[in-house]
Amino acid sequence: MDLRYTAEEQKFRNELAAWLASEVPGYGTPPPVDVWDERRAYDTGWQKKLFDAGYAGINWPKEYGGRDASLVEQLIYFEEIAKANAPYVGVNFVGTLHGGPTIMAEGTEAQRAFHIPRILAGEEVWCQGFSEPGAGSDLAGLQTRAERDGDNYVVNGHKIWTSFAQVADYCEMLVRTDPEAPKHRGISWLIMPMDLDGIDIRPLPTLEGEGEFSEVFLEDVRIPIVNRIGEENDGWRVTNVTLRFERGTAFASDMIQLQAFVQRMIEAAKKITSDGTTAWDDKSLRREIGHISGELESLWAMVKLSVCEAKESGVPGVGASAVKLYYTDIYQRTTELAVRLLGRAGLSRSDFLDLPSHLFINRHFNAISVSIAAGTTQIQKNIIGERILGLPKEPRTPA
Amino acid sequence: MDFQPTEDQKALREGVRSFLEGQVPFDRFPALEKSKGFDPALWGELAEMGVFALRLAEDEGGIGLGFADAILVFAELGRRLIPGPIVWSHLAAGLIDGAATGEVVVGGVDLIGPRPDPIVLEHLDSLDVLLVLRPEGIERVNPRDIEATEIEIPLDSLTPVHHAPTLPAGEMIGDAAAAARMRLEGAALVSGIQLGLAEGALELANAYAKERQQFGRPIGGFQAVKHLLAEMFVKQEAARAGAYNAAATLDAPEVANVQRAVSSAKITAGEGAIRNARTGIQVHGGMGFTWEVLAHYYLKRAWVCENLFGTQDEHAEKIAEILENLA
Repeated sequence: MDLRYTAEEQKFRNELAAWLASEVPGYGTPPPVDVWDERRAYDTGWQKKLFDAGYAGINWPKEYGGRDASLVEQLIYFEEIAKANAPYVGVNFVGTLHGGPTIMAEGTEAQRAFHIPRILAGEEVWCQGFSEPGAGSDLAGLQTRAERDGDNYVVNGHKIWTSFAQVADYCEMLVRTDPEAPKHRGISWLIMPMDLDGIDIRPLPTLEGEGEFSEVFLEDVRIPIVNRIGEENDGWRVTNVTLRFERGTAFASDMIQLQAFVQRMIEAAKKITSDGTTAWDDKSLRREIGHISGELESLWAMVKLSVCEAKESGVPGVGASAVKLYYTDIYQRTTELAVRLLGRAGLSRSDFLDLPSHLFINRHFNAISVSIAAGTTQIQKNIIGERILGLPKEPRTPA
Repeated sequence: MDFQPTEDQKALREGVRSFLEGQVPFDRFPALEKSKGFDPALWGELAEMGVFALRLAEDEGGIGLGFADAILVFAELGRRLIPGPIVWSHLAAGLIDGAATGEVVVGGVDLIGPRPDPIVLEHLDSLDVLLVLRPEGIERVNPRDIEATEIEIPLDSLTPVHHAPTLPAGEMIGDAAAAARMRLEGAALVSGIQLGLAEGALELANAYAKERQQFGRPIGGFQAVKHLLAEMFVKQEAARAGAYNAAATLDAPEVANVQRAVSSAKITAGEGAIRNARTGIQVHGGMGFTWEVLAHYYLKRAWVCENLFGTQDEHAEKIAEILENLA
C-alpha cells in the first residue's frame, strides 16, 4: 500500500509536465462546439503533437507507435494533462479510447497495422455505432442487419447516439449477422468507412442545445467483409472488450478536472455577496464544498486502487463500475451545488457579470448525461449486484 | 506506486479476520453486552495478536509496522464489531507503559475539536489510564479521580459512556503538536474501523438477500433490493479508498497533504459506515429492526465512530480551509 512514485515514474511525470508547459500555452483556445471542421482540426492537431512527442497511445505497444507505459504512468499522464489544462481528447475519444483499444485486442495484424498508427497520429477519427432507437441498455437487442453479398456485407438499419459522426472517417459498427441465433450470438463488429454510399447523418441536438451526437441511417451500405473485427457472430464478446476500456480509465481526466472545478466554485463563492457577507463566509457552503472535495480525493484513490489491482491483467475489471457510479454521483452533486450557488445569475447560461454561469451550467448538463452514457447507473448497479455480489440475475426473456 | 495491499498485508488481513471470526463468534455478543463491552480475556487476546503494539518500534517491544498495516487490522476489528477503547490503547503504545501489552487499558477523550462539550467518556469503568487531548497538549488522568455519572442507556450497548461535567487536572505528557498528531492518527484509525463497519453491514445484508425468499424468489434478485446492495458496495469501496489513502499518506507524508487525506477518509468512511448500516437494516426488512439480527450494531457503532476525532462536518471544514489556502 505504497503511494510513493518510483524514480522512473517521477521522471516520466517531470518530462511530461515540462513538455506540457512548453506546448499548451501556445496551442490556442478550442473553437466553438458547432464548427465541426475547426473542432476536428483543433483536436487532431493536438493529437498529432502528442504523437510526435511520444505521448500518444501511452498504454499501447511501441510497435504500433504507442509508448507502452505502465498503468501507473497512465494515471500520471491523466493527472498532468488535467493539471496543465491541455486540450480535451475531443474527436479522438472513440478512436483512442474505444475503437483503437478494441482493434489492438481483437483485430487482425493488417487491421492493426493500418488503423492504429493513424489513430495515434490524429489522422483518423472514429465514431461509435452501437446504440439503436430500440437497443439502449439492452444493446444486444440491436436490429441493424448485415447480409453477405460477395465480398461485402450489405447493411441496413438506424443508429443513434453516434458521437462525432460529422467528422469521423470510420465507425465502430455493430450489426446483426445472424437473425436466427440467440441475440448475443448473432452480432458482428465491423469497421465502417464513413465515406461509403448510403450513410445519412442527422445531428441530434441534446438538451445542451448542441453536442457531438447524431443519428445515422444506413441504406444498403456495402461494408467489405475484411473489415470485420473478430469472427462473424462473435461481436458481442468483442463489444464487451470495448466497453471494459470505456468504463476503465475513460473518465480519469474528467475526475481530476472536477477538483479544479471545485476551486472555480470557491472563487465564485467569494464574489457572491448578500447582506455584506460572501457566500464563502457561509459555513454550510464551506462544509458542502469540503465534503465534496474529500469525496473527490477518495474517488481518485479508488481509481489508483483499481488501476493497481488491474496491473496483472492490463484490462480494467468490473470494479470499474463502482468507480463510474461514485464519480457520477459526486459529479452531479458538485455541479448541482454550483448551479445553486449561482442563484438567479444561473438563469443566464452565458457568463453573467463576472460569474462563470456558462461553465457551471454546462458542466451540470454534462453531469446529467454521465449517469446515462456508457452504461446507465441502473445497468452498472446490476453489474455490481450480479457479477461482484453474486446476486441472482434479472429474469430475461429467452432470445 | 503500488497502492494495493502487499502480499504480506493481505496475509495480515486474512490472519486477523480468521482469528476474530474464531475467537469472537457473534454469539459471544450477549455476554459482551453483560460485561458492558469489555472482556479482559478478549483484551488479552487482542494484545497477543499485536493490535496495540503493531506500530511500536521493534526495539521498544513492538512489531514495527506502519499505518497501512494498522488500517487493515482496524478494518477487521470494525467488521467484527470489536468493542473497547482499541484506538486509544493503540495510540498510547510507547507513551503509556503497559498499553502495548494490554496490561494497562488506555482510553481517552478528545477536547480539541470545536465542540468539546459535553464531556462524554467511553468505557470509563474499564480504564486504567485516561488520555485527554487538549489544544495545549496531552494530559494523563487517573480515571479514579474523575467524578462522572454513568449514562443509563448508551447509544451502543457495547460502548458504555459516562458524563463528566469537568475533568481533574492531569499530568501533561505531550505538547500541543503531539496532541494534534494523536488526533490526526486517531481519525485515520477510526476511518479503518468505519471501513470495516461498511463492509460488515454489506456482508450481512448480502447474505440475507440471497437467502430470504419473497414472491417465490430470493429478494436479492429484485432490482429494488439489488440496487441498494450495489450502492452499499460503492460506499464500501469509497470508504476503503479513503481509509487506505489516509494510511498510505501517513506512511509517506511527502506524497500529499496528510490532513487532507485523513479528513477525506473520515468523511468517506464515516459516510460509508452510516449509510451502509442504515441500508443494511432496510434490506433486512422487519427483521433488521429487531435486536436479534446484528444489523443494528453496525448502525450504533457507526454513530459512535462518527463522533470520534472529528465529525464529517468538522473535517469538511478543515478541507475547505486547505482549499482556500490553495486558491
